[in-house]
Amino acid sequence: MKIGVLIKQVPGSEASLRILPDHSWIDESTLEFEMNESDSYALEEALQIVEREGDGEVVAISMGPEPRTTKVLREALAKGAHRAIHIVESPPYEIDPLLVGHIIKNAIAEEHFDLLFSGLQSNDLSQGQTGLVVGELLGMNTATLVMATEMQDDHIRVKRELEGRWFQWVTIPLPAVLTIQSGINQPRYPSLKGIMGAKKKEIRIVPKETVLPEVEKTQSFGSIYIPQKEKKTVMIEGDATTVVQKLVDVFKHEIKIL
Amino acid sequence: MDILVFLENQQGTLHRISREAVVAAQEFAREPGLSVAAFWLGTLPPGVAEELNALGVAEWIQVSSPVLNDYSADGYTAAFCELIRQEQPRYIFMGHSYRVRDFVPRVSTRLNRPFISDVIHFAWKEQGPVFTKQIFNAKMVTDMQAQGDGPVLVSFQAAAFSEEKLAAGSPAAREMTLDLPADIVRSRAEEPFQEETGGVDLTAADLIVSIGRGIGKKENIPLAQALADKMGAELGSSRPLVDAGWMPPQRQVGSSGQSVAPKLYFALGISGAIQHVIGMKGSKNVVAINKDPEAPIFEIADYGVVGDILELIPLLTEALPG
Ligand SMILES: Cc1cc2nc3c(=O)[nH]c(=O)nc-3n(C[C@H](O)[C@H](O)[C@H](O)COP(=O)(O)OP(=O)(O)OC[C@H]3O[C@@H](n4cnc5c(N)ncnc54)[C@H](O)[C@@H]3O)c2cc1C
Ligand SMILES: Nc1ncnc2c1ncn2[C@@H]1O[C@H](COP(=O)(O)O)[C@@H](O)[C@H]1O
Repeated sequence: MKIGVLIKQVPGSEASLRILPDHSWIDESTLEFEMNESDSYALEEALQIVEREGDGEVVAISMGPEPRTTKVLREALAKGAHRAIHIVESPPYEIDPLLVGHIIKNAIAEEHFDLLFSGLQSNDLSQGQTGLVVGELLGMNTATLVMATEMQDDHIRVKRELEGRWFQWVTIPLPAVLTIQSGINQPRYPSLKGIMGAKKKEIRIVPKETVLPEVEKTQSFGSIYIPQKEKKTVMIEGDATTVVQKLVDVFKHEIKIL
Repeated sequence: MDILVFLENQQGTLHRISREAVVAAQEFAREPGLSVAAFWLGTLPPGVAEELNALGVAEWIQVSSPVLNDYSADGYTAAFCELIRQEQPRYIFMGHSYRVRDFVPRVSTRLNRPFISDVIHFAWKEQGPVFTKQIFNAKMVTDMQAQGDGPVLVSFQAAAFSEEKLAAGSPAAREMTLDLPADIVRSRAEEPFQEETGGVDLTAADLIVSIGRGIGKKENIPLAQALADKMGAELGSSRPLVDAGWMPPQRQVGSSGQSVAPKLYFALGISGAIQHVIGMKGSKNVVAINKDPEAPIFEIADYGVVGDILELIPLLTEALPG
């Protein structure tokens, strides 16, 4: 079983973001990047499948700039991925999911994965598309919002999340692309041994220029900005004791629940 | 037809998010004077035809094919591509539902045309329409533009448009049969099911104290439980706490959890992501505590406190009577 996992590097969820003066993107110079949340669940699921099956290989794949992409790929290797592919990109980043998908496809087509996992969506662009684009380009079967997996010879049976707490099991033939929803498993932490071992594992470098597709860009944006807020909120201010007293008053006199 | 709206079948009814997409299409069409039609894939459940006959669109099309009687990503992808080939619309509008997430990226790939997803707003500019999309977890927004010639696929975020603005009309109805081979569907789907709720019914709760990732660690949850107990409230949570195994799934509020409408929804350390807000925006009163003054939860809260919940929860529990 050969499983590829698409992993994106995104700003940490607590990061405070500043927009560049020309509004083209955020200022990345002081930001810490981490593995996209649903991608870390995708990686864990791939590792668990290979462990359950008793053999196979997990390949972590990421497109992005240095040094953050190497950091995230090393983390994946430390957790147990066998090797990695780094598609090296420098700003301005490609944001059209179709183009990104074509580039990733070109970089990994020769791997002939049985399974390719991606996160449900990235926490920066949130297109929710990239993994499926790659899958469609490679003629693979697809299933999204996956919350459990079961291997069945040349098929995989997956539990898909539907809206409003409904679920559905779907069986698809391999090779297949799955987009993984958060909560499918409990991602592991890298062990010390894993971290040491990761240094010796291979990261194949693929310059983006070498895998550019023939197709043209289909969507783009010019600038990013902070949304206008329509706050109607009454803000309760003061030190902790005052705030608590005012909250009790609101509960008692305004919302009338006490 | 300039705009085709995808009318989604949600367990035998017209999905609310599709009505919102029709509203988006009606507003989008107004300025440049575009025509709007809508389409339904597969058989019509009882009662749906009446609703479609009253939509404010020029016509609605019922698209039939044996592969469309049950949902599959393969069947829907093929049907969309074929429908678009035959009808040549400039735009295909839809709600950003789980189903749309499941197959529309594949339509986009097959047609090599853009899918501008999860849009909250649009505007007509000199160079054409721009579609506003949230990025960086809704901390930023940007205006997406399609490039090249050909159809553009656009999905709208739930609740970005209000179904109350839906204009009524008396559209023509048309049937269309697609010739799609049965063997394009490679998946086998089992019956949908819901998991046990374990007796928890947040939908009936009058008061909900709800915690998010701001609670920090599992060991802090009893603090919030003590507050909820003192208030006589149920304890709810955002998804990440359920994902981490700290809270049982039955207590999750949001698009993949419960939809609640209590008298008070007290959001503690919850950022206010759309998938959470969808499940609690019907609450009569929302009070939020968050240490980040920019947190989106303050856009829907009636009362807000910028502060540390770990400091405030124990003090509040102490200060409440009873
Ligand atoms: C298809 C799909 C379905 C989803 N379904 C759901 C769903 O049903 N329900 C749901 O909730 N989410 C759902 N999500 C996830 C959703 O997008 C958000 O990721 C999630 O709601 C965020 O949860 P949160 O607010 O607890 O965490 P975060 O977004 O990480 O926010 C934590 C907040 O706590 C604040 N904070 C931190 N420490 C403190 C402190 N000490 N005191 C005060 N404030 C503090 C921070 O400022 C921050 O605002 C879904 C996502 C997808 C893609
Ligand atoms: N630059 C990238 N490198 C590797 N994987 C990516 C990249 N961009 C997107 N992905 C994968 O595609 C998923 C969906 O991303 P998106 O379409 O941007 O929401 C992510 O969760 C990743 O698994």
